[in-house]
Amino acid sequence: MSTAAPVQPTGPGAAGPAPLPGAAKRAGESPLRRLPIVRHVRQAVGLQRGMLLGGLVICALILLCALFAPLIAPYGFAQMNDANGDFGTQQAPSAAHLWGTTVGGFDVFSRVVWGTRTAVFVIVVAVTISLIIGVVLGLVSGYLGGWLDRILVVVADAIYAFPSLLLAIVMTIVISGGQSKVVGGVMAAAISITVVFVPQYFRVVRAEAVRLKAEPFVESAQVIGVSKPRIIARHIYRNATRNIPLIFTLNASEAILTLAALGFLGFGIEPTSAAEWGFDLNKALSDVTSGIWWTALFPGLAIVLTVLGITLVGESMNDLNDPRLRLRKKPRRSRRARAQRARTGRTAAKEA
Amino acid sequence: MTASVEVPELAAGPVKKSPRSPSGLGRYILVRFLLIIPTVWILTTLVFFLMRITGDPITASQGGRLTQDQLAQRVHDAGYDRPLIVQYFEYMGRLLTGDFGTTVSDHQQVTKVLADYGSATLELVLFSLVVAFAVGIPFGMVAAKFRDRWPDAVLRILAILAYATPVFFIGLLLKLVFGILWPILPVAGRANTATELLLGGVINPTHLYLLDSLRIGSMSAAGDVLRHAVLPAIALGLITAGTFLRLVRTNLIGTLGSQYVESARSRGVSEFRLVTKHAYRPALIPIITVMGMQIALSLAGAVLTETTFEWKGLGFQLYQYIQARDFVAVQGIVVMLAVIVAVTNFIVDIIVAFIDPRVRY
Amino acid sequence: MAEEKSAAQQAPLLTIDDLDVTFSTDAGEVHAVNDLSIAVSPGEVLAIVGESGSGKSVTARSILGLLPDTAVVDGAVVLAGGSVLTAGPAALRRLRGSDAAMVFQEPSTALNPVYTVGWQIAEGLRAHNPKLGRKELRARAVEAMEKVGIPDAAERYDYYPHQFSGGQKQRIVIAMALALGAKLIVADEPTTALDVTVQAEILDLLRELRDDFDTAIVLITHNMGVVADLADRVAVMYRGDLVETAGVRDLFASPRHEYTRSLLAAVPRLASADIASTTAPATTAPEARVQTAPEAPAEPARPDAAPLVVAEGLEIVYPGGFGKKDFQAVGGVSFDIRPGEVYGLVGESGSGKTTIGRAIAGLTRATGGSLRVFDHEMVGFKERGFRPLRKRIGFVFQDPAASFNPHLSIGECIAEPLAVHRADISAADRRRKVDELLDAVQLPGDYAARYPHELSGGQRQRASLARGISLDPELLVADEPTSALDVSVQARVLDLFRELQERFHYAALFISHDLAVVDMLSDRIGVLYRGELLESGTGPQVLGSPRHDYTRRLIASLPVPDPVEQAARREVARELRAGAR
Repeated sequence: MSTAAPVQPTGPGAAGPAPLPGAAKRAGESPLRRLPIVRHVRQAVGLQRGMLLGGLVICALILLCALFAPLIAPYGFAQMNDANGDFGTQQAPSAAHLWGTTVGGFDVFSRVVWGTRTAVFVIVVAVTISLIIGVVLGLVSGYLGGWLDRILVVVADAIYAFPSLLLAIVMTIVISGGQSKVVGGVMAAAISITVVFVPQYFRVVRAEAVRLKAEPFVESAQVIGVSKPRIIARHIYRNATRNIPLIFTLNASEAILTLAALGFLGFGIEPTSAAEWGFDLNKALSDVTSGIWWTALFPGLAIVLTVLGITLVGESMNDLNDPRLRLRKKPRRSRRARAQRARTGRTAAKEA
Repeated sequence: MTASVEVPELAAGPVKKSPRSPSGLGRYILVRFLLIIPTVWILTTLVFFLMRITGDPITASQGGRLTQDQLAQRVHDAGYDRPLIVQYFEYMGRLLTGDFGTTVSDHQQVTKVLADYGSATLELVLFSLVVAFAVGIPFGMVAAKFRDRWPDAVLRILAILAYATPVFFIGLLLKLVFGILWPILPVAGRANTATELLLGGVINPTHLYLLDSLRIGSMSAAGDVLRHAVLPAIALGLITAGTFLRLVRTNLIGTLGSQYVESARSRGVSEFRLVTKHAYRPALIPIITVMGMQIALSLAGAVLTETTFEWKGLGFQLYQYIQARDFVAVQGIVVMLAVIVAVTNFIVDIIVAFIDPRVRY
Repeated sequence: MAEEKSAAQQAPLLTIDDLDVTFSTDAGEVHAVNDLSIAVSPGEVLAIVGESGSGKSVTARSILGLLPDTAVVDGAVVLAGGSVLTAGPAALRRLRGSDAAMVFQEPSTALNPVYTVGWQIAEGLRAHNPKLGRKELRARAVEAMEKVGIPDAAERYDYYPHQFSGGQKQRIVIAMALALGAKLIVADEPTTALDVTVQAEILDLLRELRDDFDTAIVLITHNMGVVADLADRVAVMYRGDLVETAGVRDLFASPRHEYTRSLLAAVPRLASADIASTTAPATTAPEARVQTAPEAPAEPARPDAAPLVVAEGLEIVYPGGFGKKDFQAVGGVSFDIRPGEVYGLVGESGSGKTTIGRAIAGLTRATGGSLRVFDHEMVGFKERGFRPLRKRIGFVFQDPAASFNPHLSIGECIAEPLAVHRADISAADRRRKVDELLDAVQLPGDYAARYPHELSGGQRQRASLARGISLDPELLVADEPTSALDVSVQARVLDLFRELQERFHYAALFISHDLAVVDMLSDRIGVLYRGELLESGTGPQVLGSPRHDYTRRLIASLPVPDPVEQAARREVARELRAGAR
């Protein structure tokens, strides 16, 4: 063995004592198969597999919809008229307007399609920024401890216990609520949601870092005299972030719900700057009592579907990560085959 | 608070002689109570500075309507042109005396707003909790017991659906169905005008309409209040029930797989009793902790529900003030809600302490 | 007394015929038990022995029909005339507890933390006698608690599990079986989680149950000493197969199967275990060692050289935090470790042995007295000043599964000390060094590329040793390095440890709860009890003529893998315990 230190495990050598059962199987896997989602799909069985695949399909649809919104949507999100003149307000679904038009005279179908863009953008920005900040703070705070840690924990706990929607409201006021409109509406919403999620990532990563700090493999690095930055980077980081994909999905769905709630409360994005489902629902509030159902139903269903897709993926990943909750294939072999195997096994044992 | 020192080897002495030390519990309650203070302080400070970084509330609400001079005069009169740190200490001082400020738009004491509308929100949250507990806990038990079989599959999908649906969308659907398609229930407000008038005459009102109706002995009023509460309570309650169901299911699966349940099973205890006694009670500790947090968080859901059903509570009021850009009121209500959340979590911790013998003794 | 009963005349209480169990796991299907057949008579103690993965626990669980859903079971289990595997839920409930009861390995997890122990004992009674009144339930539960030796049972009825010690919790679990009048007790490693002195008491209790109530016991264990102490008949399992069944004396005297022989040979034995001298303290000089002890140098190597570690009145206190009392783990301990010698620290849980090892390596802060490591004062030490000395200390941890970073290959883990302290050597030289180290611990060179989860426990512990000695340390601290391993694997790792020590001549602090293991390896032994060093000296001194009662009790409580000798030792241990009360 004189090759460079390998990054991926290679297959077990032909010689040498047998490793743990199952180790050989895992060792033979390609790195692609060890990626979170891919590994989960391969592991899943029955209902868990159905939930995971269903969620993944929905997520893929949403992403495609966001990507190709200009091709799918017949009109722009702020478009109120075309060559035939104004769309008219509160028009029932028709051939020209599949899902009708809103009280403001927009095409419902187009706005729902364009809304996926806003949703995906907010998820990506909010979750990514909060992830980076949360992970860095959590690692440093958890491993080093001391005063910084204590202050951060108290602050994070206080924010965590606070209804996230209220905090997001405050943040939106801060960012765009003064008279200025420095940052765009979508970005403002994304940043507000970021602030809400930072404490969540911080808490999870910090708890993991604190747990790992007492693990023998970290202590053995300490005994050797490995420096703190090296311990954090080499030993804590990879192991502390194993739950991140899970929180990512759970937070993504919460981000959508928070965005919709902000829009519903009137913190939304102006209809002329982007399409946002929560804002449209707010405008549909008065329609419902007069029996106009299409302005509320479709944006609402879009929210439900998006959150459903992401949550299904997150939930089944959660189950698969937890050995207590994971389903396994039942052994399916006839009594005879087993007896056969048992007999050969026994003779082998006797020969040994 | 979380910086505990790990002790690798603990003395396994004979019998730990620590039966019933009430001082231990009292001490625990005191410590937990004192921990409310930094939480509330951090949140009020945070909210104060965040809200004031971008400008003063008068400019925010009256910006376009007054001339520059009038605006400057009003800002000066209210003291908003002084250094922020001075205003902060003054604000904190006022908070300590129970003064949460005066709204800009309708010149109300924020505390008065809270007193008038807080009980409406409380009533809504209580009604929705009845729905949440009645649906979430038994179905959570069923899902855990029939884990990975069809009842579990159905219940889990429903729970995820409940989580995925924004409360205002459920609200809108309920309004559509019961207001238009099959109009059997009221879809807005807390009571009919007649009932409102009747209850307005109550001496020393609690503003909890159901309680007030019962106090004056009007069954028709009580019935009317309940009819109005059905849809909002279902909308908010179902969302919370979904969370409760998942919570009960996960924790019960954990304790059902534990050695002590296995041990009880090995002594012939029935499966029903294993779920409802042996597994349920230990699972209750994490369940209650998270539920407490969830109840606090359902205040946010209440804001949305009240807006949807025109339920004249704190949330509806908050929505109105947001529309009016009255940030003194928004700040006051938000800070008040922070206090309520902190106190709720404190109470939950005390309940847990009474359930968990390891904390009690 | 463990008279071997003539069980043949009686109708068997339990018959297992062709039991076959398969599990589905993440790693595919695992055949846990292969067509196993065995019977147990009333009043008989059958020990099922085997190492991890032998299927002994699965067999135990199938007796009560307690296998998880992932198991596919074939064959027949007949308990007191009823078939267990084909029984419906109601019939299963009836037989569980009254026909056979189970005692679990970890008493603290077998008791529900949020109910009183009395309620839990009564719960079993309630399940089988729904008509019993509250008073009657209580009376019967208290009676059972008294029978298993819980003092003040009437008052303790209302206590919660966390208010009892580990041994008492196990007594309560046994009381649950007793209260239901179970004719058969299935005890799955009932003493593995307990200290050796407590283990002796629990084994006595189980024996009394058998003698007084004619209760049959199926004892699942990996500990041959426990087998010798309690069993009438022994069944040896290996990888799901029953390889040998024999009476206990026959088995120990003349094991027939190859595996049984190797298992017995692997058990560490107390070399200086002359029980007579321990009963009559310090009358005569210790007699010659019963068995050939490892060739330890009579005198520690280079006695004139300055000691590497000197502890004088060492105190280690864990601060209690908010509202809790400080916890003194170590109080006033003095000892030294000289170059090239192996110093063994032995003690039960809570004795502070691990804490001392961690303090020497700078993982735990020494708080009082003096602890000098390479002449560096560890009380109030600063990491910066100590870091240069770290390369002179190696450390081997207890849990081989947790002591390697799962994301780094074994080679990277072993090379890490080199990367940190010897930045001068090239990557190629480092790899060569890793190869040498792997060779030294008898692992193939290509293991450098493997990941920790691909190695077995014993292999990981070898790799851990390789990492510990990678910088040619002068001192190696080994904290229970073999207690997580099976006995045959342990024997090989201990051999390796001794061999490496003789080859590289480092000094070592060897920490263990197992007196026999410590005696096997150490030049000198220190006995710790609740943070105090009771005595210290060479193996023959400490074990041959112990000065302290606790040491005597510790020695006498350790069951030896020899039924005849163990019967004699048991009496001694009982007397010592009686004297201690």
